[in-house]
Amino acid sequence: MITSIWQMSDRWLAGRGARISDGLETYALDRFSAQTRFGNRLEELRGKSVLLIARSQLDAVWGMVELDGVARRIIICPPDASDAFAGAAVQIGNADVVVGDSGRSLEECPAELWKFELRQPEDRRAATERTQPTEWVLPTSGTSGPPKLVVHTLATLSAAFSGATHTVKPVSWGTFYDIRRFGGLQILLRTLIGGGSLFLAGAQSTGEFLRTAGGLGVTHISGTPSHWRRVLMAGEPRGAAPDYVRLSGEIADQAILDGLARIFPAARIAHAFASTEAGVAFEVEDGISGFPAGVVEPSNSDVRLEVRNGSLHVRSNRMATHYLGGESPLKDDRGFIDTGDLVERQADRYRFIGRRTGVINVGGLKVHPEEVEAIINRHPSVQMSRVMAKASRITGAIVIAQIMPRAGLGAIDFPAIEEDVIRMCRRGLPAHKVPARIQFVQTLEVGSSGKLVRHHA
Amino acid sequence: MSVRSTVIAQFTQVANEQNKRVDSLSDEVVLLDSGLDSLCFAIVVARLEDILDCDPFMTADSIEFPTTVGEFIGLYERAVS
Repeated sequence: MITSIWQMSDRWLAGRGARISDGLETYALDRFSAQTRFGNRLEELRGKSVLLIARSQLDAVWGMVELDGVARRIIICPPDASDAFAGAAVQIGNADVVVGDSGRSLEECPAELWKFELRQPEDRRAATERTQPTEWVLPTSGTSGPPKLVVHTLATLSAAFSGATHTVKPVSWGTFYDIRRFGGLQILLRTLIGGGSLFLAGAQSTGEFLRTAGGLGVTHISGTPSHWRRVLMAGEPRGAAPDYVRLSGEIADQAILDGLARIFPAARIAHAFASTEAGVAFEVEDGISGFPAGVVEPSNSDVRLEVRNGSLHVRSNRMATHYLGGESPLKDDRGFIDTGDLVERQADRYRFIGRRTGVINVGGLKVHPEEVEAIINRHPSVQMSRVMAKASRITGAIVIAQIMPRAGLGAIDFPAIEEDVIRMCRRGLPAHKVPARIQFVQTLEVGSSGKLVRHHA
Repeated sequence: MSVRSTVIAQFTQVANEQNKRVDSLSDEVVLLDSGLDSLCFAIVVARLEDILDCDPFMTADSIEFPTTVGEFIGLYERAVS
């Protein structure tokens, strides 16, 4: 069981100059063991709850590596967090200090809090004791209302791969994910624990990333099906020839699996089922969408799956331990997490058919319809709205909205309302949550419970 | 308006809405180098479905993804005709 990244720090040299890069900056991995960004003040963070709010992915990596085994809790701020997130996360996560990489990122945090700005790297003067168990905390990827924070440990985050790290040679990873989200954090930890290199797509275009990844000899690449659809749109893989292609975070349909097999004929193509809460539950490499029914049979493996009322439930040593904030418990009495992903058995295979809770998955990023409706409904001419998914071959789904205008307004200027609503959404939401299309309807169905009728899946 | 100009108009409008810079939309421009991201393409496809009443990406189980602006327009021209 891995309890600290530093347990494996001797491996940071093993890959012959293993490094981490975001296309702009590159660090040799062993620099983390030789240098510090905290000056001589790291000890002051011992036992503290820290909100890490870096603008740059590589600065976030520095923060995580140095705080592991020192801080009691690292709360990782995602790249597109709203202004309100930092304040809410500080409160829910009992943060004592905010660590960031620029004055600007720290300005958004509550004024009374201790703020620490990462310094330029300098040589470490003394060894740091890394005995403090550290909680690794990520927000759920889409939330309505205050954020729910999901608590992991390094043991849960690394359980899916740590068993193999002693036998597997270091690999060179590339990822489209941001390492401040679960999918990317997985790959970062695989690199830090397994001892390979990591090349982040960051702000590079898909074409640039693939070209450079090819040149650097990247062997393993991970991303969501939406990321990979972009690769298909690049036509030919532009120099990248990975041995291993990994999809997670969204349903991998047959079209994307076939497309990847066509352009990477020599690669192993794996699609994994993983979520921030459930961790990495399983992965399938047979090139067929869905997963074999055998995966759900009771077994001695670390991961137990059950299908209850059509919804996939998971119990494993890779799951988060609990939520901070929010009313609902993470697990049921028997220790299972209800993933909310609906599956259907067809012969000897389960296929994913949608989400029970109505959460919309746009390219791996979750959207709760209610959070978008809440903003639309603030418009004075809107009586009620319903936000839904529309299937997309490019991003899996996109967000669309139906609006029922308020009665008694006389002549309604639909284009003006639409423009206002879109402007309000853009101001309050990240781009993937803003409705791509607005439809005006005369009425929206309300059920006997008094709630808006939603049609899921 | 022709299919071509309808598609180009959508590219331009969505780019503006999403604050993306698009330099050229001539036929040989590679979609990934056009300045638009996946979300932009998904929005363009959804809007074109409203306007042209077709989504060539959804009609087949497996399609060859267009790689250039010209191929993208061609996909719609064939679907509409």
